[in-house]
Amino acid sequence: MNGTNLFKIALRAIANNKMRSFLTMLGIIIGVASVITMLAIGQGSKESIKQNIAEMGSNMIMIHPGADRGPGGARMSADDAQSLTLTDFENIVNQNKYLAAVSPNVSSGGQLIYGNNNYQASVTGVSEGYLTIRQLKVESGQMFTEADIKAATKVCVIGKTIVDNLFPKGSDPVGQVIRFNKMPVRVVGVLKSKGYNSMGMDQDAIVLMPYTTVMKRVLAQTYLQSIYASAITEEITPLAIKDVTAILRTDHKLRDGEDDDFSIRSQEEISSMMTSTMSMLTLLLACVAGISLVVGGIGIMNIMYVSVTERTREIGLRMSVGARGIDILSQFLIEAILISVTGGVIGMLLGIAASLAVKTLAGWPISVQAWTVLLSFVVCTITGVFFGWYPAKKAANLDPIEAIRYE
Amino acid sequence: MKPIIELENIRRDFIVGDETVRALRGVTFSIAEGEFVTIMGTSGSGKSTLLNILGCLDTPTSGEYRLDGTPVRTMSKSARAILRNRKIGFVFQNYNLLAKTTAVENVELPLMYNSAVSAAQRHERAVTALKRVGLGDRLNHKSNQMSGGQMQRVAIARALVNDPAVILADEATGNLDTRTSFEILVLFQELHKEGRTIIFVTHNPEIAQYSSRNIMLRDGKVRDDTTNPHVLNAAEKLAQLPVNEDD
Repeated sequence: MNGTNLFKIALRAIANNKMRSFLTMLGIIIGVASVITMLAIGQGSKESIKQNIAEMGSNMIMIHPGADRGPGGARMSADDAQSLTLTDFENIVNQNKYLAAVSPNVSSGGQLIYGNNNYQASVTGVSEGYLTIRQLKVESGQMFTEADIKAATKVCVIGKTIVDNLFPKGSDPVGQVIRFNKMPVRVVGVLKSKGYNSMGMDQDAIVLMPYTTVMKRVLAQTYLQSIYASAITEEITPLAIKDVTAILRTDHKLRDGEDDDFSIRSQEEISSMMTSTMSMLTLLLACVAGISLVVGGIGIMNIMYVSVTERTREIGLRMSVGARGIDILSQFLIEAILISVTGGVIGMLLGIAASLAVKTLAGWPISVQAWTVLLSFVVCTITGVFFGWYPAKKAANLDPIEAIRYE
Repeated sequence: MKPIIELENIRRDFIVGDETVRALRGVTFSIAEGEFVTIMGTSGSGKSTLLNILGCLDTPTSGEYRLDGTPVRTMSKSARAILRNRKIGFVFQNYNLLAKTTAVENVELPLMYNSAVSAAQRHERAVTALKRVGLGDRLNHKSNQMSGGQMQRVAIARALVNDPAVILADEATGNLDTRTSFEILVLFQELHKEGRTIIFVTHNPEIAQYSSRNIMLRDGKVRDDTTNPHVLNAAEKLAQLPVNEDD
């Protein structure tokens, strides 16, 4: 018997029992649809986190003083926090091989006042490179210059949230003088809005000043709180970290075997940490959905088993007119696979539709990927074979003499 | 005449618990091409076992069975399936048609398992077989839309479609009323006249009168093997039967 005939016979058997076949399929449909939807939601969240991080600057490297210790900063001596200096910054700027931009980072909290409006914010002292590192853009006005940094001028560039709070009437802030605590500062530029990041932080509530201004006129300190840098490409980040580590170790005169008195983290690390959390969550979701697929498979096995018993006479007849065991086995196996694959296809469409519905109605980030669709399709075919095998084998092993007289 | 079926000292033992049941205890006979043989016997005489062996559904414990020259005893299961497909046409007491399936599709069934026959040939041969049994106008009737006699005709067409060496009928008239039984017998006699080899297993002695030879089994042995000198004509008997006798 050839494949076409077997296919026809299996199709006929399914058509003869439409309702039952559909209900059997339903298990697979729900299973596949939920696997696809869950994976789409998981993948979507992962991608949106990745994108958010990329917006924050995916090549970013953060250098903090003090050894990389557990939370609470155990074993941090008092002067560790002051171990990053302007010299370190300058050495990194001059000696690095893999960095696109470097900026010191010093910040201080305080009150911003303009007219009768005020806003609690923190100012960040940086160099021009900070814009590159954080992927910020000046929307109106301009960034402060190298000359401003040298002279520690009292100028600032502010974010959208600050503008909204200090200039609620919509007047142009550029050129206006606001006060930070008691110090008058001239606004030279406004940053383009970036909105909230994935961790719910307002990326527009920032005030940038030359780091010299913050160090000399606000904090009166000579050390840096941190140094931010940006590797030339994301892939080169680990190399850049090594490079910077070497520069800083030489700079700090650390001997071999001595612990670093600074710590370097890359945005990539943070990103991979978060995506791995998301991956775990996705896996969990997919597992739950996968279980429903297995339950669907058991449904197929159950129905096929009943079907074999019910059709014992038919099997006996087929055998007596010349069907071999392998023909009967193939017939039932094809039937099981047809049910699971049809269910799989319907489930696939339903899953994609459900994903799109979640995207449109709930506004969640969704990403249906080809591999998830392919995976669930392959899994449900395997399910069909796996759970169809036992009943099909049972049918093939029937004794035609007994089967034909089965009541 | 060339022998179609040759049985040599066929024995078939079944082991039931610790006991050995000897269903057939040395059966020897041969059937030539074109014979219409009835095999008779009471229940327990071994006639079902013999039928299963003749139909290649079962193999003898010892002895040799050659079907159309092919020794069957040592054949594998699937080789016997192929042999059944090419050489044997079965007609059962309870018709054994596929449910919700048209007459043509039922008749096509044996050819479905013969990949040498194309779909078009299959259909054509099924239609020819159905016309032969007088169901040319009911090709696409489903099995549940037909009477017992019609269903048995479909079953006979199915047994004819592969052009078998032998047609094996197992109580083929057992479920039918007298008139329909004779209609079926008429059909068998016509097929016999066309040169078909027919083996009809029954416990009804009346049927033996319409066949050319009668083999009687008792306790797993052939008790009687007689040629029928006066074969009755089923068509004549049918004409004598009152029409619609049940109404």
